[in-house]
Amino acid sequence: MYELKFNEDECLSCTTQDCLTRCQYMDIDRDTAKAEILKIAHGEDSFVLHDCVTCYACEEYCPVNNHPFYLIVEKQEELDVPPLPRPLIRRGIQTGIPFRGEPDIEEINGQALDMGVFSDLMYLIQGRLFEGLPVISQDPRKMFHYFCQLMYLHYGRTSVIKERLPGIIQTIAKHNVTEVICFHDECYGTYTSYCPAVGIDVPFKAVHLFEFLYNRLNELKDDINPINLKVAYQRPCSSRLSSDKHHFVRGIFELIGAENVEREYVDENALCCGGTIQGQRREGSRKRAADVQKRNIEDMKNAGAEVCVFNCPACYTTLGSMVAKNGIRPVFMSDLCRLAIGEKPAGWR
Amino acid sequence: MDSVYQALVDIVGQEHVSNRQEELFIYSYDLGTTEPHRPDYAVIPRTTEEIQEIVKLANKEKVPVVPLGGGLSLAGLAVPFRGGIALDLKRMDSILEVNEKARYAVVECGVSQGQLTSYLERNFPHLTHSEPGAPPTATIAGNVAIHGQGDLAQPYGFNSDMVNGLEIVLPTGEVCKFGSCSIGSGWYTQHPLPDVGLFLGWSGTTGIITKVSIRLFPSKKIRGVGQFVVEDEELVPEIMYKLTHTQMTEDVIAFSQAIPPFASGLQHFTINIVADSEKELEFKHEIVWDDTLGEYIRSGAGGFLGFRSGLQRPQVSKTSDWRKGGGFEYVGAIMPVETYPECYRRGRDISERHDIPYTVLGRCIGAAHAMMFSWTYAFNRADPETIRQAREALHETDDLALELHGTIWKPGLYGQKLVMERLDPNTLNLMKKIKQMLDPNGIMNPGNWEVS
Repeated sequence: MYELKFNEDECLSCTTQDCLTRCQYMDIDRDTAKAEILKIAHGEDSFVLHDCVTCYACEEYCPVNNHPFYLIVEKQEELDVPPLPRPLIRRGIQTGIPFRGEPDIEEINGQALDMGVFSDLMYLIQGRLFEGLPVISQDPRKMFHYFCQLMYLHYGRTSVIKERLPGIIQTIAKHNVTEVICFHDECYGTYTSYCPAVGIDVPFKAVHLFEFLYNRLNELKDDINPINLKVAYQRPCSSRLSSDKHHFVRGIFELIGAENVEREYVDENALCCGGTIQGQRREGSRKRAADVQKRNIEDMKNAGAEVCVFNCPACYTTLGSMVAKNGIRPVFMSDLCRLAIGEKPAGWR
Repeated sequence: MDSVYQALVDIVGQEHVSNRQEELFIYSYDLGTTEPHRPDYAVIPRTTEEIQEIVKLANKEKVPVVPLGGGLSLAGLAVPFRGGIALDLKRMDSILEVNEKARYAVVECGVSQGQLTSYLERNFPHLTHSEPGAPPTATIAGNVAIHGQGDLAQPYGFNSDMVNGLEIVLPTGEVCKFGSCSIGSGWYTQHPLPDVGLFLGWSGTTGIITKVSIRLFPSKKIRGVGQFVVEDEELVPEIMYKLTHTQMTEDVIAFSQAIPPFASGLQHFTINIVADSEKELEFKHEIVWDDTLGEYIRSGAGGFLGFRSGLQRPQVSKTSDWRKGGGFEYVGAIMPVETYPECYRRGRDISERHDIPYTVLGRCIGAAHAMMFSWTYAFNRADPETIRQAREALHETDDLALELHGTIWKPGLYGQKLVMERLDPNTLNLMKKIKQMLDPNGIMNPGNWEVS
């Protein structure tokens, strides 16, 4: 069975304990942080297991890539400290079950875009940016065969990920793809962070969507008209697994002439969309999520953002209408890029 | 020349009557599992007077008359079992009055749910009516005639409880009015005159509704739906009881279904909450999700799935997608809320025995006074075997509903028979007398509610 590569010695010698001291949802000093992370590593109960909002951020904060977040969710399962109520966990696990037949496997023999479980968002990959790019998981009836499963980190159910993910990877590999451009951060994080962390082989190279968009925009540089919009980026939880690609956000904004507004909750200090927090089992979770959302949107407003850019459909679903109500246009990154090259974005409202 | 056909042409004009087989075919079918029966004529009148003339003709010629609105009951209620005239009321589609202050609308019998919803949204956005889960072409009159329920059933009850007045063409051709409109005082109330309510729930066997006054209700600026989920079906009745105690919800539905897999074995609640401001909304959120349902969340027995502003109306069932061929029919029954767990478990058993993915739903009516519980069975329209399977499952479910002390809603012929077998003999005898008195020639939708 796949085992998490976690080295307790790294935590013992760590001088910052950034994983927990930088957590935006728990107030933990360095000594407590060290004691608690070691308790967790030893399989002992810790308040951290109960209070974690599963925002993934500690994966990024850890200076030595020791996977504190993966450890926390593994221990939540092991010690039966579910972050969500049982019915939500069961519902989530059942959501990923394919039920509309087997996928049609078309051999690609090269690069392809993987929509993962977002086949119903095909309208977001139109136009010259995506011209000529083969796409897998186009059929919403079959999309669960391409579901990277990493969502179950929020559910404290890594066993489900480990059980299903090798089959998903096999399905993608059957397309004979060499490079898989991941529509969603979560898939990219799965193949480049989670799989190596637990020892699952990935027989293709994963490419982050932002890196792809950045490169395509460079190819289309002559067609770009600066959009001159003030934008705030809603960073999704799974981008914490690929912080080395986060610089492409600024890179893209520079290319398309978007002003990345100065905010408090930006980059490593970004706030969760609240989608997961609101359903958690802890007392006051709904209000906690609402508070996070309010602070996040107020921050965007105070920074003068005209547009809120998303990459994660879940963040968009949770926050999209809220930012719109506050006079800020919600838009996906791909659509914002299309706007810059003179195309009419599908979701631009 | 067929004399009845010619007489119908004289009444409504040639373009609104047909005896062509391909057009009669359309009226021979229900969307459910009922065996088709072709009418001899299809007529689409425009006025109450034309309906009077048609009914008089039918009496003279002893020809059955089967009125239909949207024809969407699924239970075969508008299938012309003995031929005759299919009386399609869709052309009578005028919204005659909206009284803003007294909150009611007077509509002709062919006005559809979607038409009224759209009219109110455009012209009276602060008013709404209780829209059922049927497709938007279902009619207001047809729905009240079968005691339908809509998305305001939780606070206000059955749609037929919202009737302020009726205009009826009796089976013998006279026009009668009921409610305050009958004394020329407007259409604002059904009460307090002597109760002669003989036309709702009779499946068009005692007369043809030509006009309805239906109550409207406040439509708040923010309307949205929240979802909650539990594993244990035994929790559903107490949760419905607690939610209705808050008096802060507009529609409370619990459902479970085999497909898509996420819903299998779980009980999902959809809970509509409305408000005029964010302040009001947050207050209601606190009462509903935190104070009322918080104990289930904390214990891990229930989960909050979030709240989304904006209502998709109507919430039409997607069950027809579960089998190739796109058919479904359901048994709806008005049940005590406490029977939800048993309804769910026994419904699953029936579905599994007939190899049909199970789909069940309970909509709260009033302050948990009852629920409409539906057991839905999908079938392939092109496959007689799956239709037979579904029909058997439906019949078993009719039996189950009565066994569990429920009352079958809009029963088809099989369900009507079961109900009449159990009806109090004096009540049954009264129904017979009423029917004989109102419809001496037995022309109105024969086959339905026939007391032997």
